[in-house]
Amino acid sequence: MTVIINRNKCGYCGACVAVCPTMALDLKEVWIDVDESLCNGCSTCKKVCPIGAIEVQR
Amino acid sequence: MKDAYDVIVVGGGPSGAVAARFAAEGGASVLLIEKRQEVGDPIRCAEGVGTGDLDKYLDIEDRWIAAPIKGATIYVPGAAPIKMRAKDENQIYGYILERKIFDRALVERAAKAGVEVYTKTSATGLIMKDGRVAGVKIKRLGEEKEVMANVVIGADGVESKVGRWGGINTTLKPADIETGVQYLMTGIDIDEDNVEFFMGSEYAPGGYVWIFPKGKGRANVGIGLLGSKIKEGGRPIDFLNRFVESRFPNGKIIEMNYDGVPVSGGIDKIYGAGLMLVGDAAQLSDPITGGGIKHGLWSGELAGRNAAEAVASGDFSEKSMKKYQKAWEEKGGKIMSRDLILKNYYIDMSDEEATKVAQAVEGVDFTGVLDVSQLVKILAKVDKKLLLKLGANQLGL
Repeated sequence: MTVIINRNKCGYCGACVAVCPTMALDLKEVWIDVDESLCNGCSTCKKVCPIGAIEVQR
Repeated sequence: MKDAYDVIVVGGGPSGAVAARFAAEGGASVLLIEKRQEVGDPIRCAEGVGTGDLDKYLDIEDRWIAAPIKGATIYVPGAAPIKMRAKDENQIYGYILERKIFDRALVERAAKAGVEVYTKTSATGLIMKDGRVAGVKIKRLGEEKEVMANVVIGADGVESKVGRWGGINTTLKPADIETGVQYLMTGIDIDEDNVEFFMGSEYAPGGYVWIFPKGKGRANVGIGLLGSKIKEGGRPIDFLNRFVESRFPNGKIIEMNYDGVPVSGGIDKIYGAGLMLVGDAAQLSDPITGGGIKHGLWSGELAGRNAAEAVASGDFSEKSMKKYQKAWEEKGGKIMSRDLILKNYYIDMSDEEATKVAQAVEGVDFTGVLDVSQLVKILAKVDKKLLLKLGANQLGL
């Protein structure tokens, strides 16, 4: 399972990082880092994204 | 960068800068790290703040004030607008800031107090020793380094990791975060000293749209929605685009900001042994207004002072850090619990209920009503449900 961030849309607000229950996401300077090994596919990040920049692949 | 400090502050926003400054002024050696290469940019905020005790943290300077604010108008569908305005036409009760300059001014103030500052420098973990936080794993320009400290202050924002590394669960549920989009627009016709709020499901289900003037025909036009209410096709950006197209068809967008704001009302425990969390990292942003600057400044000051006291006494235990939480609760606890009640009241409200309340206050003169406390007193007179939820204690605030 993994999270795909559309970097052309993402504005690196960090909302997805704040709701991620497994710390699979990290807001670096101006991008979101994804640790696939930690993602549980819950899709909470996708739900709260203000602009729809996130897809979750199960 | 040295190998050890008394205090390390992670995050160079307002909460972190103020925490670092007060710790240094209390005699501690302090390191402040900011992961981005610039303090203050990009902004994730509507930039509004009440005047209040702001001058305690910075001398008031024009360079970080975009617009002084004298009034607010709340639009509820199906009712006359609620127009709040000071009795004295000259009274300024808030500012729309230039956060990019304001945040820097706060860090400059911290640096003046002796704080060491590094940008483009991230925390990647905490160093634990004898069951307490003893330092920070730091990455600077790709190089890793362990820096020891007796107190670590997590000021790392809504996406906070410091708390989670230290054993405090700061993961937000969708119902506890507002996410939003804001455009800085230019060439629009607005009141230059008045903020506007638009409520109702047509504009922003479970949230609101705001217009915060920034001077010379510019304004922050934004929206925040509760995470749990966001639907595909009904994201903050969809609602904002609709609003902007109908309201400001000729306006130009010169900056886009996205944000996430904690509206949980705070977490149970904002400290650990050798550890304190401040501002958004401790979820201290106001759950009804979403405002986080003032609470960030207050909590930063209290944490910074407590850190300095801990350094002076050599006591970095949980009990010592807990003094900070107690001080915060005395300062902001009542406002936070009242505004959490208001948030829950507001998000459960149907459009019809909102219209009814707004219609019931149509004859009321809101002159002199300038904040949530005063507004709520008037609304509770016409809405028994609100009165019951709040009770006398919170209405007396």
